[in-house]
Amino acid sequence: MGARLYGLALFYLQKAAMTTLKTTPLNAAHRAMGAKMVDFGGWDMPVNYGSQIDEHHQVRNDVGMFDVCHMRVVDAKGDGVRAFLRYLLANNADKLAASGRALYSAMLRPDGGVIDDLIIYFMTEQWFRIVVNAGTADKDIAWMKQQAAVHAPKLTITSRDDLAMVAVQGPHARTKVWEVLPQTKAATEHLINFQAADCGEYFVARTGYTGEDGFEVMLPKEKVEAFWYALSKVGVKPIGLGARDTLRLEAGMNLYGQDMDETVGPLESGLGWTVDLKSDRDFIGKAALLANPPTKKLAGLVLLDRGVLRGHQKVKTAHGDGEITSGSFSPTLEKSIALARIPNEVQLGDTVQVEIRDKLLNAKVVKYPFARNGKGLIN
Amino acid sequence: MSNPSNLKYTASHEWVKTEADGSITIGITQHAQELLGDMVFVEAPAVGRKLKAKEECAVVESVKAAADVYAPVSGEVIAANGDLDSAPEAINSDPYGAWIFKMKPDSAADVAALLDAAAYQAVVDSEAH
Repeated sequence: MGARLYGLALFYLQKAAMTTLKTTPLNAAHRAMGAKMVDFGGWDMPVNYGSQIDEHHQVRNDVGMFDVCHMRVVDAKGDGVRAFLRYLLANNADKLAASGRALYSAMLRPDGGVIDDLIIYFMTEQWFRIVVNAGTADKDIAWMKQQAAVHAPKLTITSRDDLAMVAVQGPHARTKVWEVLPQTKAATEHLINFQAADCGEYFVARTGYTGEDGFEVMLPKEKVEAFWYALSKVGVKPIGLGARDTLRLEAGMNLYGQDMDETVGPLESGLGWTVDLKSDRDFIGKAALLANPPTKKLAGLVLLDRGVLRGHQKVKTAHGDGEITSGSFSPTLEKSIALARIPNEVQLGDTVQVEIRDKLLNAKVVKYPFARNGKGLIN
Repeated sequence: MSNPSNLKYTASHEWVKTEADGSITIGITQHAQELLGDMVFVEAPAVGRKLKAKEECAVVESVKAAADVYAPVSGEVIAANGDLDSAPEAINSDPYGAWIFKMKPDSAADVAALLDAAAYQAVVDSEAH
């Protein structure tokens, strides 16, 4: 048996070598809970605690918790922070009117390539909170500081290395968080999707990466292990990065480094809905996007033949070739699904061919997301 | 789970059972299924195909990985386990029961020369570093 690995970009079958990897404050808890640990972009992280498919269904049907301490919280503070973010990001920070509201955005290079995708939370006109990906955090912060030095020299941009983050996701997620943190209930029970509340030590956001309801909770590092065990005690199951990947793929959410990176723009990465090209607002990358209309788009695929779609497989269409960016088996649909970058001319409902080993297998082009809120969305 | 002592093994994590008629049955080991995780797809070789030892001949895919299965010895494929088409997860729950294919080996001596359970365990231990 010789294995080829897929899924999250940096998965290895080898057990993690402890000496060289970064760890989160929940590392001992993962091991105590029987996690299989892997090297995920230099972090020693749990890939599963048993069955990845069971963990996937656990989140779609009930509730699960994810260690996302490797992701980075950044606070941007000072006068003019909104104006700075309006220029820094492809999505428009002016969409955030009420305190606590959150916005998903790409951060672009001047040539339109995607530096990272992130979420910003508007708290006050002097404070926006930003959550960025683990693997890109240092590069992101350096870029933000470099831009701030030119356009908003009085802003402070602080990496909150003192904070940990746990995502609690699933239809019963909010109830379970309130059971463990009753003091946050009054401030968080009226939060709508993509809104957060600052509850002192606990920053609670109704956001996530699974397509289910739930909270992402930021809290002091020294409190996170007790929070994790308290959630476990009320029945919240730990979920590894393996299920996190199939949940986000079903939900049609991009993974940075796989579905987009610095070599492609947001318009060919399914992120057109986050980019505002119509208003007068200028932002980094805008001129390049206007000058180079995309010839490809991100589309959903469902495999019609037997097999499993995987990243980097070639897609043959009547209008030229494309490539799968993320592919896996969908536990909810019990079929193989993928996101693929294919020529613009390909239409929903078209059949395309995917090259898997030495065969060409048929796949149907579909509208994604594939599944959300406990239900499959593809017939 | 220990490796059954009545089976032979390869360093590439296939198990091999010799049947009464001299044919062999092939699957993947407990260690292999544990590394790969939840199985979602199995492609067995076509019956009648002639294989050389160590030739790639079957594919097992889990949610997170795809793995080639190699012919343990040279010979001809005489059966494929169609039950795995609809229930690939049987490899996870019963790795030594969920066989993938059967062969008629060219030489019984080749089969006898494969690893025994203790030698295979040493391979697993060395990989676990």
